[in-house]
Amino acid sequence: MASSVLSLRGVTKRFGGLVAVNAMDFDVAEREVVGLLGPNGSGKSTTLNLVSGALPLSSGSVSLWGSRISGLPAQTINRKGVSRTFQLVRLLASMNVRENVVAGAVFGHRRRWGRDAYDHAEMLLEKVGLGGKGDMALGQLTYIDTKRVELARCLASDPKVLLLDEWLAGLNPTELQIGITLIKSLRDEGRTIILVEHVMDAIRSLCDRCVVMAAGAKIAQGTPSEVLSDKEVIRAYLGDDDA
Amino acid sequence: MSLTATDIRNLCLSALALGICALLPFGDNGYWLGLGVTIAMFTALATSWALFSGPTHYISLATAAFFGVGTYVTGLGIETLPFWALVILAGGIGAVLAALVGLATLRLSGVYFVIFTLGLAELVRQAITWVQNNSGQKGLYVLTDLDEAGIYWWLLGLTALVLLGGWMIGRSRLGFALRIIGDDETVAAHSGINTARAKVLLFMVPGAVAAMTGAILAPRYVYIEPSLAFAPILSFQVVIMALLGGASRLWGPLVGVIPFTFLLEAVSSNFPNQTTLVIGIAFLVIVYLLPKGFVGLLDAVLHRINKTGAV
Ligand SMILES: Nc1ncnc2c1ncn2[C@@H]1O[C@H](COP(=O)(O)OP(=O)(O)OP(=O)(O)O)[C@@H](O)[C@H]1O
Ligand SMILES: [Mg+2]
Repeated sequence: MASSVLSLRGVTKRFGGLVAVNAMDFDVAEREVVGLLGPNGSGKSTTLNLVSGALPLSSGSVSLWGSRISGLPAQTINRKGVSRTFQLVRLLASMNVRENVVAGAVFGHRRRWGRDAYDHAEMLLEKVGLGGKGDMALGQLTYIDTKRVELARCLASDPKVLLLDEWLAGLNPTELQIGITLIKSLRDEGRTIILVEHVMDAIRSLCDRCVVMAAGAKIAQGTPSEVLSDKEVIRAYLGDDDA
Repeated sequence: MSLTATDIRNLCLSALALGICALLPFGDNGYWLGLGVTIAMFTALATSWALFSGPTHYISLATAAFFGVGTYVTGLGIETLPFWALVILAGGIGAVLAALVGLATLRLSGVYFVIFTLGLAELVRQAITWVQNNSGQKGLYVLTDLDEAGIYWWLLGLTALVLLGGWMIGRSRLGFALRIIGDDETVAAHSGINTARAKVLLFMVPGAVAAMTGAILAPRYVYIEPSLAFAPILSFQVVIMALLGGASRLWGPLVGVIPFTFLLEAVSSNFPNQTTLVIGIAFLVIVYLLPKGFVGLLDAVLHRINKTGAV
């Protein structure tokens, strides 16, 4: 494999007696889009939380460009160029759309302030399809627009690695196509992306490679068509009886 | 960011207002000046309190602790150091103490923070009482030639500093970071903000200001002892005034301080034993009727006017 941007080795997370993530190993190469798949509760979001520093690891390690990032606080990991969205959209309630995006630009990987940050936010709003909505309050936004705001905030620090947790979930077919095109454009800019996703269309058209989880562990990896036809993957999704 | 014309106008108007306030001792040297001292004192305390607690929603009851430490700095040092040096020294000690408290507690959730800060004032008070009992000393005399007018000008200067500092923090990265933290700490951390550091840094401001206020007011008490310097009621008064005005704007607390000072003054001169009761009732009124203070009320009214105006 070419230089790997992100490597997970034996990454494990326990919540009391529950092993939510169990010895996960995988690498992500530069400019690669990797899909992280698996049934509900299989540990996908927890894996992203471990990479982004939202949760401490129970054991194992995560490295970025070969240097260890597990154990560092979330803000340090963000400053090193890893940025994420959340499965349940998290926005800053006291701020308007533009300020929400500026918030991502000021303290992260690439920092901007003042006019520079506002111009940058304006450019990103345009890019995610929110041009002209900068002054709106969050309450006036539709669901997809709240997701766009979060993505724009996430992009505002010019991250090298993007972690998107079901960013395409809940979109209608038209919105989905727009979303897929948008994520493609992010890869073309040279960003490396881990995508937690259930939407098959999106997985097929976006992912170079997929890693499939079940009950916390990796059960398959390969191209989308490989993993989607894998026996064990089908069994994990449909249950034991049907396989 | 550079100053806009509105910024400059507001700065000039504020300077003018302060200049007018500075004239008070020439008009009256008794009742009104005394009230002026109280208002200036609570404005400095409540405004600096709101700088931290407004965005973070951490309710600090540590004002009395910092204030008491400040009065003791003056009490202990007045024989050896000039007054201005004591005020600065108190600010430094208050800031360091606040940093220590912040490092120890700001990782805790809100409730623990409240209890800890309340306990802090009591802890320092007990410690000083213990030292005094063991050294056979009861209290401290603070004898200076600083009169009421002098104290008033010192407090007014401090208030001006707090307002200016608060305005600058509001425009700074630190101020912006605190707003983000107040909205969602997880997002803040994932946006590259060192949340612990930002909170500790900003918590040092009310710590320093309360200690300086205590240092400035020490000469007014003449004789200071722990129960006076560390009176817990002060912490509650500051919280109530700041919330009554509204902690979401720089000028919010001022809007709470002025009416509340007059109210307390009227009550304490007519029913001297009922001040605590008034504070209690005020607290209930704020929580039930004005959760966002006068500022929130004003915003709601303006919002309604805008709406009906637009239709
Ligand atoms: N903070 C937590 N404390 C305790 N248990 C948790 C915590 N976070 C997740 N879990 C548990 O860990 C397991 C994996 O959850 P996770 O959210 O990672 O799944 P997921 O693959 O993202 O599922 P979904 O597709 O539903 O989003 C679940 O059983 C969940 O209940
Ligand atoms: Mg999930």
